[in-house]
Amino acid sequence: MTTLIAITGLGVLCLIFEIFNLRKGIIPVTIIGLLATLGLTMSEYGTEASYYNNMIVVNNFSVTFSSLFIVLTTFIVAMSHNFYSNHPTKISDFISIKLFILAGAIAMVSFGNLAMYFLGIEILSIGLYVMAASERLSIRSNEAGMKYFLMGAFASGIILFGICLVYGAMGSFDVAEIASLSRSAELPAWFFIGVIMIVIGMLFKVAAVPFHFWAPDVYEGSPTLTTATMSTLVKVVAMATLFKLLVVLNAEMSYAFQMIIVVLSIASMTVGNIMALRQVNVKRMLAFSGISHAGFMLMTLLSLSTAAGTLLYYATAYSLAGIAAFAVILYVCGKNENEDIVNFHGLGKTNPVLAAVLTGALLSMGGIPIFSGFFAKLFLFSDTISAGYLFLVIIAVINSIISIGYYFKLILAMYGKEPNEERTGTPVLYYAVAVIAILLNIAIGFFPSLIMDLM
Amino acid sequence: MDISFLLIILLVGALVTFLAGDKMASKVALFFGLVSLGFTLYLLSLFNAGQNLDVTMAWITKPVISFSLKADGLAFAMLLLNGILTPIIILSSFGNEVKNAKNFYALILFMSFAMAGTFLASDGLLYYIFWELALIPIYFIALIWGNGDAEERKKAVVKFFIYTLAGSLFMLTAFIYLYGKAGSFQLEALYNLDLSADEQLWIFLAFFFAYAVKIPLIPFHTWQANVYQKAPTVGTMLLSGIMLKMGLYSVIRWQLPIAPMAAKEYMNIFIGLGIAGVIYGSIVALRQKDIKKLLAYSSLAHVGLIAAGTYALNLDGFRGAVLQMMAHGFVVVGLFFAAEIIYRRLDTRIISEMGGIRIQAPAFASMFMILVFASISLPSTFNFIGEFTVLYGLFQVDMWFAIIGGMTIILGAYYMLKLYQHSMLGETNTKIFKDVTFSEGLVLVSIIGLIMFFGFYPKPLTDLITPSLETILLQINR
Repeated sequence: MTTLIAITGLGVLCLIFEIFNLRKGIIPVTIIGLLATLGLTMSEYGTEASYYNNMIVVNNFSVTFSSLFIVLTTFIVAMSHNFYSNHPTKISDFISIKLFILAGAIAMVSFGNLAMYFLGIEILSIGLYVMAASERLSIRSNEAGMKYFLMGAFASGIILFGICLVYGAMGSFDVAEIASLSRSAELPAWFFIGVIMIVIGMLFKVAAVPFHFWAPDVYEGSPTLTTATMSTLVKVVAMATLFKLLVVLNAEMSYAFQMIIVVLSIASMTVGNIMALRQVNVKRMLAFSGISHAGFMLMTLLSLSTAAGTLLYYATAYSLAGIAAFAVILYVCGKNENEDIVNFHGLGKTNPVLAAVLTGALLSMGGIPIFSGFFAKLFLFSDTISAGYLFLVIIAVINSIISIGYYFKLILAMYGKEPNEERTGTPVLYYAVAVIAILLNIAIGFFPSLIMDLM
Repeated sequence: MDISFLLIILLVGALVTFLAGDKMASKVALFFGLVSLGFTLYLLSLFNAGQNLDVTMAWITKPVISFSLKADGLAFAMLLLNGILTPIIILSSFGNEVKNAKNFYALILFMSFAMAGTFLASDGLLYYIFWELALIPIYFIALIWGNGDAEERKKAVVKFFIYTLAGSLFMLTAFIYLYGKAGSFQLEALYNLDLSADEQLWIFLAFFFAYAVKIPLIPFHTWQANVYQKAPTVGTMLLSGIMLKMGLYSVIRWQLPIAPMAAKEYMNIFIGLGIAGVIYGSIVALRQKDIKKLLAYSSLAHVGLIAAGTYALNLDGFRGAVLQMMAHGFVVVGLFFAAEIIYRRLDTRIISEMGGIRIQAPAFASMFMILVFASISLPSTFNFIGEFTVLYGLFQVDMWFAIIGGMTIILGAYYMLKLYQHSMLGETNTKIFKDVTFSEGLVLVSIIGLIMFFGFYPKPLTDLITPSLETILLQINR
């Protein structure tokens, strides 16, 4: 609870800074504030509490995921310094919107009431619509914002409809009450329809096949920093929320529902990977790679009672690698019109540090030890096999092999081609974010228990 | 004092080499290579004195993964191979101009570290991690410092990476499945599992896929010749000298004892695949014009025979396989180095463009001669001991396996002597061929010394490996 208040307060503080013309101080103050909030959040670890008639529930699940979101937002805010250097007057708006997105994200993993959950998802989404369209003069950004808004609004509508049906069946928005009622014998059919609609809405946000088609266009068109937010923070937020929803609403999943998850997971992995093979735009490629990772993360829904730790680990590994990769992409494509692979030619010669970071990030996403992406997949496969889905793991393994194909396309471009342009300037914060993110990724690869034992 | 110090030395060596800068990198790397060799020998003496060098530490609590290393005779034989060849390979590159030397030599030491880890690990997952880690440095070595057209090289290296990774991911799936059964990745726990015949077959195949790509056995060998040709000679040496032995070693250590029933049931098929590789590799080698490609196919043939020896499932097959792994490692590194020496002077790898080297460089030609003889297993060389023991092991299974497998010697003699004749004898090439320099000579002499020494006196090695191979065999026949 204190986390949510602190984050919102920090967002408002950013806006006040603007009034007193203290724009230069915004980013440092925000980063310090976020780190302080991180400490505050982690101090709540191990406690269980609920606030305001069970609107917000604080437990280990919400604390650990909130901490992850705060870390990711800190990275994103740090990168804003260079990214928005051409828009010095708007910096307070951009930063405060990012903080409100974070507030929405935290509400989404710590809700105790479906109304709170919906509020969270709306706060997050509206902030993102604005961020996607934030490059006002670029047609691509406008298109992305519009597309994302239409799709997101539909998804929100479907979720809201689902919540109404659940309320109609149970007479309550409180998830604890819904959970206890759902274990009783007679349930009206529209309860399940409601749950399915909520899940569909969340799958939109996660960008899982067949609800993925908005993702590549929106990722490509949005300003790169917004793409970074969407593909790291928002994806893991949506995944964690979906996981939590299924845990609290419907403790025992039916076999048919599990089969649906299996099919969606296979479809997401395969479609995402095969489409990614053909892309020349790096942002589009990472969008499809994100779709396939969503497919991997969906596998955690098959062992709801035990997989929370695995999901946290996977989300951490994936999003840290994503942040590191995007920091390099921001550096390389900063002044270019497009983000084609051509821009990365010869990066291994012109900038060995960032090339090494991007290589590490891609190897982590591809699942090569000792990067944490490997352990994420290992734990995931292990959980899934003990849940009895060996064939799903085999398909996932084949997909991992396919994914190497496009991750290596980028690595080859960096090391195998001659550089085609000179880059000047060394944006220190991109460097710092890239290096710290990849080091954290490797660190949790060396000591997976740090994360796994949290849940 | 335990075995993990060896890994630490190699890892620290890689780090220090990276920090030492381009000028000093090669010397620092050589220093650490020699230190690790010295340390291996020291640990070996401790081991022979009966000390227990194993390490077990808890690492990950959920799932249970431990950092456990096990040093028995078999592991020590492989460590010796790794420890001897690493400084030799580093020394062999001293005649080349290496760009970005600090990265290059750091990658070599890192690879040596990963391979030593593979030979030592006794926790399935730790073993898998080292196995994969060894892949990354060789990928970059071949990609960045390789020769020939960049596009073709990229294709060859990526194919290699995806092939090997695909194979190993199936092995990973098998390990996770085994973990579900045993609740542990520990070697002993996996040995003691009671698996049904069907399960064993699938697990055997999953492992086989990983190892068949790495060794390589036909029909999984298609990456090999291209990568050997495109990689820098140092990369080729690392690949053929040590890395492919990781596959053969793993067959003995992991695949056979975990799935013994499947191994016995389908033994003939797998021996057959190995021997098919012997014939196929030899015949293709006959037709090669590029010296590195010829050596690659000859390597395919020799390794096929070693694989057949491991799948023979008897003590002589195992013992011969391990001895031949070492012997082949020494010889193939020597031969690739000889090819590199020729390339340095004549700027060609095409055999028909060589010739008449013996008159200009008698010392080099005679050393090359000895390597050729070792490669075709002439008695008194180490390779003779290895290959003869393997053939004896195969003979105990079926006489015909031994007879067909023995073709490797006849065919090998044909193409290797032809190579010698076309490159060393005949018309003198117009280019001047200087005899070997000191560092080149040192490399060749040390390799030849090893081959001759163990050729006459293999007893220390056989004594080292026999007890651990017997334990493994006991496990297979449980």
